[in-house]
Amino acid sequence: MTAIYKREMLSYFTSPIGYVFIAVFLALNAFIFSLFTLMAGEDSSVGSYFMMVMFIFIILVPLLTMKSFSEERRMRTEQLLLTSPVSLFGMVFAKFLAAFTMFGGTFIFGSIFNFATLYKYCEEPNTAVLISDSVGILLIGAAFVAIGLFVSSLTENQLVAAVGTMGILIFLLMIGMLTQYIDSYIFRTILNWISIYSRFGNFSYGILDPATMVYYFSICFVFMFLTVRIYEKRRWS
Amino acid sequence: MIQIQNLVKRFGSKYAVDDISFFIDEGEIVGFLGPNGAGKSTTMNIITGYMSSTSGTASIGGIDILENPTEAKRLIGYLPEQPPLYTDMTVKEYLNFVYELKGCKLNRKKHLEEICEVVKISDDYKKGRIIKNLSKGYKQRVGIAQALVGNPRVIILDEPTVGLDPKEIIEIRNLIRTLGETHTVILSTHILSEVQAVCDRILIINSGKLIADEKTENISKMIEGSRRLNARICGPQRDVLRVLRSIGEITTAEVFGDREGDSFVYAIESSAGVDIRKPLFYTLAKNNMPLIGLEQQGTNLEDIFISLVDKKQSDKPKKASGAPQFDVKPAYDIKLPESADIGSDADGAPETTEEDNNK
Repeated sequence: MTAIYKREMLSYFTSPIGYVFIAVFLALNAFIFSLFTLMAGEDSSVGSYFMMVMFIFIILVPLLTMKSFSEERRMRTEQLLLTSPVSLFGMVFAKFLAAFTMFGGTFIFGSIFNFATLYKYCEEPNTAVLISDSVGILLIGAAFVAIGLFVSSLTENQLVAAVGTMGILIFLLMIGMLTQYIDSYIFRTILNWISIYSRFGNFSYGILDPATMVYYFSICFVFMFLTVRIYEKRRWS
Repeated sequence: MIQIQNLVKRFGSKYAVDDISFFIDEGEIVGFLGPNGAGKSTTMNIITGYMSSTSGTASIGGIDILENPTEAKRLIGYLPEQPPLYTDMTVKEYLNFVYELKGCKLNRKKHLEEICEVVKISDDYKKGRIIKNLSKGYKQRVGIAQALVGNPRVIILDEPTVGLDPKEIIEIRNLIRTLGETHTVILSTHILSEVQAVCDRILIINSGKLIADEKTENISKMIEGSRRLNARICGPQRDVLRVLRSIGEITTAEVFGDREGDSFVYAIESSAGVDIRKPLFYTLAKNNMPLIGLEQQGTNLEDIFISLVDKKQSDKPKKASGAPQFDVKPAYDIKLPESADIGSDADGAPETTEEDNNK
């Protein structure tokens, strides 16, 4: 498993993808941070920054995950992985960890600068909110990565994987916003329940809500499980 | 070492592998022989755990590949049809990756260097060449090196010599023979001379069925029956054919085409067990038709299929109509260096022959 993890990490940096991801992520992250906190001017609230930064994941997460399985399948290198003594879940989890390392690492790296600026120029930033929001973002990122990996396992074509992932992520973020226009109570509750966006609310109050964290962990697990099932199914048919 | 029992693999309604059983002993070099699409790769993919069988079992060293895949896979080194190379890595990075992936516990540096020595890629290994810049032959070698990492007891090579130049083919064959001294090796090919050169035992697969499981000597004996010659003879075509057909032992004689001056090549077949070269020479000399070239034709896979299927049919009581008829012989075979390919290479051969064989 560590072998696959190491190779994945290496592959992000032997191709331009890793660099493009880091550069674009850091630039957009800093831009959104400046725009919604530093330049908003009123107080040191970071709520709208965290809400907005999620939208750049729609473009950036697929960049990390589109290659993961589709490229292996296209180049037939998956034959090596699947005939070596590694469990299917180990293989999927290693790829998940690698993509998440890229995502989390870049986010934390960017946040160090963002938050340092915040502490220097703004009055009394709420540390609890910063921490819970960041944890929330990392969890959402993990869920997105798992979804991206799943889509990547469905196709040989990286472009299809990327666009498909974007579609699903947009859908997941949008349904949370749509709920306010829906009258039916039941329908609204259901949409709110599956919406990744509306779940995020608790984090922005500085609460590390276990139920929400379990929800995001479950999404990761479910999509990794589905990826394993895709491989099992392909083996049998 | 490898036990296959009643293996079936079905894709939809098509049987890619249809009830195959065999046993391979430790240290054997076994060749899977069959035309493209016969089910060789599928069988190998099932043995290595890449695919699951529809029914039947495959076990390696007594471990069932479905029940305990991780342990079974530890015993196997596999080179699939297309070498599974990460082309953006260097040879060194790649082999180190495979080493870790297989969880080997040997001395890493020494082990990998030894492997590179054996497959002759030491130079590429040391100089840090990126795999995508290597030639096809060298990529194939890296693929073989990958299969050898961890010194597995069973080595499975799917068409290891496809796309290599003749010199490389000979080198790879020698390599396989060396490997066979210490490992159990299975290789697949559609080239008859390759298995004859390398393997102890030949399994012939056609349309998903195992049609022969014989020692190599026996297969060689089986195919000595028919004698075919390609003779280049000077003189007018019609006269030469008349003279050739007047020789009693010759069963068929046909013009092969390929004019050179006033000579043509004739494909000549004689009845089994008769050497017609001397009578041919004397008869032609007497008729003042200089024989300026004579080449003995090897038997190809097609002939083996014909003889095997014929044999099977004569063993069984007479079948009702609808049984494939194999009386259509190709007008000629193209003799390839070192090999005799079936199928697509026999340009111009009657279409029916190939189709009938695949039935």
